[in-house]
Amino acid sequence: MEIGPILRALSRNKLGVILISLQIAFTMTVMVNAVFIINERSKLMARPSGLDEPNTFYLSSTGFGDQFNSQVTERDDLELLRNTPGVIDATPTNAIPISGSGSSDGLRIENDPTLPATPAAVYFTDEHSVNTMNLTLIAGENFSASDMTYQSSNERRYYRKAIVTLALAEKLFPEEGLAAVGKSFYRDQAPVQIVGIVERLQAPWPNSFFVEQAMLVPLNFTDATSTYLIRTEPGQRDRLMVEIEETLAGNNPDRIIRGLKSLQETREESYRLDSSMATILLVVIVTLVFITSMGIVGLAVFGINRRRKQIGTRRALGATQLQILRYFMLENFFVSGVGVSIGAVLTIAFSIALSSLFEMPTMDWYYTPIGMLLLIAIGQIAVLGPSARAAQIQPAIATRSI
Amino acid sequence: MFLYYLRLSALSYRRNPILSSLMVMAVAIGVGAYMVIFTLNFVMGGDPIPQKSDQLFHVQLDSGNPNTQDDPPKQLTYLDATALIQANSAYRETATSKISGILEPEGDGIRPFSIVGRGAFADFFPMFNTPFLYGDGWDQSADRDLQQVAVLTKELNERLFGGADSTGETVRLHGNNFQIVGVLDDWAPVPKFYDINNGAFDGSEEIFIPWNLIIPLDFPRNGNTNCWKTPEAGPDGFLNSECVWIQYWVELRSGDDEAEYLQFLNNYAAQQKEFGRFPREMNNALFNVEEWLMKEEVLPNETKILSALAAMLLAVCLLNTIGLLLSKFLGKSGEIGVRQALGAHKGSLFLQHVIEAGFIGLLGGILGLAIAAAGLEGVKVLLGDNLMITDWIHLNPTVVAITLVLAVLATIFAGFYPIWRACSINPAIHLKTQ
Repeated sequence: MEIGPILRALSRNKLGVILISLQIAFTMTVMVNAVFIINERSKLMARPSGLDEPNTFYLSSTGFGDQFNSQVTERDDLELLRNTPGVIDATPTNAIPISGSGSSDGLRIENDPTLPATPAAVYFTDEHSVNTMNLTLIAGENFSASDMTYQSSNERRYYRKAIVTLALAEKLFPEEGLAAVGKSFYRDQAPVQIVGIVERLQAPWPNSFFVEQAMLVPLNFTDATSTYLIRTEPGQRDRLMVEIEETLAGNNPDRIIRGLKSLQETREESYRLDSSMATILLVVIVTLVFITSMGIVGLAVFGINRRRKQIGTRRALGATQLQILRYFMLENFFVSGVGVSIGAVLTIAFSIALSSLFEMPTMDWYYTPIGMLLLIAIGQIAVLGPSARAAQIQPAIATRSI
Repeated sequence: MFLYYLRLSALSYRRNPILSSLMVMAVAIGVGAYMVIFTLNFVMGGDPIPQKSDQLFHVQLDSGNPNTQDDPPKQLTYLDATALIQANSAYRETATSKISGILEPEGDGIRPFSIVGRGAFADFFPMFNTPFLYGDGWDQSADRDLQQVAVLTKELNERLFGGADSTGETVRLHGNNFQIVGVLDDWAPVPKFYDINNGAFDGSEEIFIPWNLIIPLDFPRNGNTNCWKTPEAGPDGFLNSECVWIQYWVELRSGDDEAEYLQFLNNYAAQQKEFGRFPREMNNALFNVEEWLMKEEVLPNETKILSALAAMLLAVCLLNTIGLLLSKFLGKSGEIGVRQALGAHKGSLFLQHVIEAGFIGLLGGILGLAIAAAGLEGVKVLLGDNLMITDWIHLNPTVVAITLVLAVLATIFAGFYPIWRACSINPAIHLKTQ
């Protein structure tokens, strides 16, 4: 092996080594951290909301004028929706999961406002919500129609029963598990009883720290605006979105129908920033790898051209083509080795900076070694072409133009 | 001499087109990518109202929950907003908040539609330098007398009146007629500093009405409402509650005014403490526009992270350029040797190559502008229509200038070492092999 000569040759071309190894180091820093960010974002985006997203949509009805009666309208609308063929169920709600807009409350297990409260998203809805949202009731029971209360959204809110998510139940009553059913918590200094626990239902805010803490409450607002969440049989959603909007808009001149949207569109919009970030980062990674590869090729070609005569001499003295190829591959391996070592330090430093500045999770340990291997592989691939051409140099060149 | 060197640069480019084009590309990609992120940071982190951002102050009164230790609420309660308006202690001031309502156009041409509007005081328009296409804002008497007047945005005027001068016409909103007194020209400050509660990069509301009408006409509130204490029962329960939902801005003309106004706020809070309100320690605050945007960290983390990554991308491109310049200039050793032998100064050789590097940088910068423009267009497509207003995402003159200067300077900087190496060659060696 020609490790000795390679190292001695490299030590004469320090600048070349520095240039390439720094490029590799920066490329690795950006690539590894970017891949980590992309992975984190896709993990966030992959969390299920608990709903039957592909088959669910929603719309709002807002009444105006003196003749408009919101309670009658809502009752008629819901009856119509639930009896529409293809609709599995429909429910009124104040907020849509993942949409980014909703209502929250602070809950306590003791009636003492000075104690810290557990935050939870509140869905003001009715007894059809569990079925419409396709939630799995794992303990307790659903509301009944007689649990429903109706009031204006500006009034002091009054409710005595709630169906909570398992995450919320565990937060309020650690170690009780499903036995939290039947227990009460306090909100606004009044007790609320947990009548049921659902496996999962996300809060409307995907970036919230309490995104898994949500509850359903049998309360409905009598305001002029009602929002209906509608679940359809598979494959019926797009047809029903059009038909239901037309029917509702046509059957009452004193209101308008707005905000028709599927849950899939809502998810796509809510995570738009995350998906944009992922795309931009991907473009950055590809660009960087391309530029660094070009840099490696460029400097390798330059180095080989300067040493054509030496290569010819070595070949004349009996070195095989494979040995020449090996020489340049090994040379690149050493330079890359320096690069990824600096890169490992930079990568970890940058990731620590990111997690401390932007409250991001810390990077898993395996990202750095995988990044190192990957960049060495990229370097070897980039230098393969120029090395192969170097191996083609004729031994006869050694005898020319002396 | 400069032109001569420039011609030499062009000649040199043509002699070694592949290497030179690679350099131009490396500079272009690095600078282009960096400028995409720079533009986002520059505008999103910029000053939305540079003429008077140090005279406009966001008011915070600490009416918050005594059991938590967070910052004072970002908005005011109804009690406090109305009290401050009545005290009338600032040069200009406005309480303001978002509303929504159904707008019923006249005739059968357009169906009623839902609209987001803003309640404001007369001072809102002169305070925030809103541009008017037709008419003007309303008078302070309109605020006092609860006159039903409205200012429309250009888009809404377009939709309702086909863009004609609609001042004097009426528009029916939330079941009430409003007389149009003014139509705004394009106005969408980025960030939307006057209300960052529901997205700092949202567009402006479509219709403006006197804020004093919100309660009497029972307009639905649109925006954030935060209550640390549940309102009492009854119709006035909400108005007398500790729920915050109103933004408050004052315009002050000097530093003394600022201290004086803060003192006024503290006095007001002390007085409220006597009524049993404001249970926390006194912590009222005045922030000017830039301080407020900084404090609320409106610049998304994404763009901050991206700028660090883009800087590294630029660094890689420049390292690349150093390597390429080294190859190129060392390849010219023969020519340099001849020139030196013929008596050229080291200084003029140096200058010649600085100009050559700058020439390459300039080409890279121009190509970089194209990359940046394409990149910004891509970002716009990625963000889509509904997330935020994206009209500002394009190259602006400042960014163009910065791009070109950055490209030239960075390439010259990258060229220093290669040039120094090339110019410190012993000419004798190269003359020998000629």
